[in-house]
Amino acid sequence: MIIGEGKPIKDILFMIQNYSKVIVAGCRGCVTVCSAGGEKEVEVLSSALAMARENEDKPLEIKEVTLERQCDPEYLEQMRSYIDEYEAVVSIACGAGIQFMAEKYPKIPICPGINTNFIGVTEEQGVWSERCQACGNCKLHMTGGICPIARCSKSILNGPCGGSADGKCEIDPEVPCAWQLIIDNLKEQGRLDQLEVIIPLNDWTTSRDGGPRKIIREDLKL
Amino acid sequence: MRLSYPTNIKIVKLPCTGKIDAVYLLKTFQNGADGVYVAGCMEGDCHYLTGNLRARKRVEYVKKILDEVGVGGDRLEMYNMSAAQAPRFVEVANEMNEKIRNLGPSPLNKKQTADAVVPEKQAEQN
Amino acid sequence: MTSDSRLEKVLAQGEFAVTSECGPPRGVDPDSIRDKGELLKDSVDVVNITDNQTSVVRMSSLSACVILKQLGIDPVLQMVTRDRNRIAIQSDILGAAALGFNNILCLSGDHQKFGDHGAAKNVYDLDSIHLIQTVKHMRDEGKFLGGDELKGVPRLFIGAAANPFADPFEFRVTRLAKKVAAGAQFIQTQCIFNIERFKTWMEQVRERGLHEKVHILGGVTPMKSIGMAKYMKNMVPGMDVPDELIERIKGVDKEKRAQEGIKIAIETIQQLKEIEGIHGVHIMAIEWEEMVPKIAEAAGLLPRPQVN
Repeated sequence: MIIGEGKPIKDILFMIQNYSKVIVAGCRGCVTVCSAGGEKEVEVLSSALAMARENEDKPLEIKEVTLERQCDPEYLEQMRSYIDEYEAVVSIACGAGIQFMAEKYPKIPICPGINTNFIGVTEEQGVWSERCQACGNCKLHMTGGICPIARCSKSILNGPCGGSADGKCEIDPEVPCAWQLIIDNLKEQGRLDQLEVIIPLNDWTTSRDGGPRKIIREDLKL
Repeated sequence: MRLSYPTNIKIVKLPCTGKIDAVYLLKTFQNGADGVYVAGCMEGDCHYLTGNLRARKRVEYVKKILDEVGVGGDRLEMYNMSAAQAPRFVEVANEMNEKIRNLGPSPLNKKQTADAVVPEKQAEQN
Repeated sequence: MTSDSRLEKVLAQGEFAVTSECGPPRGVDPDSIRDKGELLKDSVDVVNITDNQTSVVRMSSLSACVILKQLGIDPVLQMVTRDRNRIAIQSDILGAAALGFNNILCLSGDHQKFGDHGAAKNVYDLDSIHLIQTVKHMRDEGKFLGGDELKGVPRLFIGAAANPFADPFEFRVTRLAKKVAAGAQFIQTQCIFNIERFKTWMEQVRERGLHEKVHILGGVTPMKSIGMAKYMKNMVPGMDVPDELIERIKGVDKEKRAQEGIKIAIETIQQLKEIEGIHGVHIMAIEWEEMVPKIAEAAGLLPRPQVN
């Protein structure tokens, strides 16, 4: 899923300093699961913003709403009836949701209430980590199911580099060396010969380097 | 044992401090409390195993938010005590009451006098 | 000969090669390179110029190589893939060849986290093995990576680094084999302080016959002080500094510690000369270039052989 993290409240207060009626909009998708932008976070953020503004004697009227998803047009449409009554929207969906909101309601300023960090997994309750860079050209079959592009600090396709020590990356002893993980996995599976193969230069055209990406499925289009 | 504690403390009963949610604590301040303390069971003695430990983490989280919004995280505290420690309950009540009186009214609540609210499950037994 | 490299010729003659390196200045003064170059000139075959090592911004390796070249030194252009994509890399390779450089050392480079610009975006379009392939492809196929023909090919002697002390140990030789398969002709290793571990690594190198396919130059760094030894042990990624070595330096009077460091470096070179498959040494005297001639002299590496 997409993992995000709340922005500092003072940053959000700065973004909405000139408004007195705002919508705080959450999303029931990924950001609910990673506790960054769901219904609960809408409540907490709204309460915090209201208190801060009360404290400044600049009361803030807040409408709290949590959409099923902010990345699908039909749910964003649910805000159509009342959005004009407000001066701004603080969206705590991922960057895609925030942008789609801005796209569907171009007249109202949209303020991001969270930072969108990565595509990752829940390692355990309260701990998330990155797994995928969405490069558009998956090679996980060659690398023991561990992505060196997302998980090696240098995205090295033929690692590990000389900075791997005790299974950790040179940038931080808390960060596992992706190539150590790859080697461990291939060893476990008796496929170490895979490591003799030079993975060729990557073609980044399928990645963001090729420009903004789009997928069209004619079989699904209405 | 009949012991008295400050009358301005309002008790909110919960089945376990693990039921505490960040929003409950924030709303309490938003609705006019000058201070809040959470009274949980002794660490290691939670009937639900880790409810009081989780409550402490949430209290720490909300203290940070209160600092950020200018209310002040020191108006929120967590205490641990057992249901059998009535004198301890009174001691904490007085301590917190004193602390909040010294801090004065919440910035959100300037015109009113200091008030403290306590979500506490054992209060009824004291 | 794949190039006009002095190093390639020395190695082809079966001589024990000596290389060294210097870091460019953090400013515009060309004299700091000249001074280091003059110190090294007659004691080594070629001199590497590092490429923003440890991600600290310095004068470009390409420019500093020009300054060395003007002194009559055959420079080794170090190039990291951290800061350039394949367009810039190929462009710089052409420029290096046009300036008459004969050697390139292909590296991935330290992560920018170590340097003074941690907020930088890294590139890593290619890794070090891809960079080796790229140089070889341009030189031997006469083509760009994109497929078009080059108008004149860069005749470069291709080097790479190997760190026998990084983990996982059993994989380090496999990675060396990949670099050799990609086209590396010479290898400069990480600083060797743990000679026993290095010997074990070389055994594995010989088992795979790699010592016959590539010239391995052992990395040697003299320790100036206890502080430096501890820094190398604890702060530099992939460095193996045994406690015995620190104890040995500690064991002598403070004013004699630098001398002890030099002595250890000389002993290391003498041991390296005895190892089958070691074809030279790479002396990295960090901001202590004046010691290189002394070390080379004491290790019996002078005078350097003539080449045509």
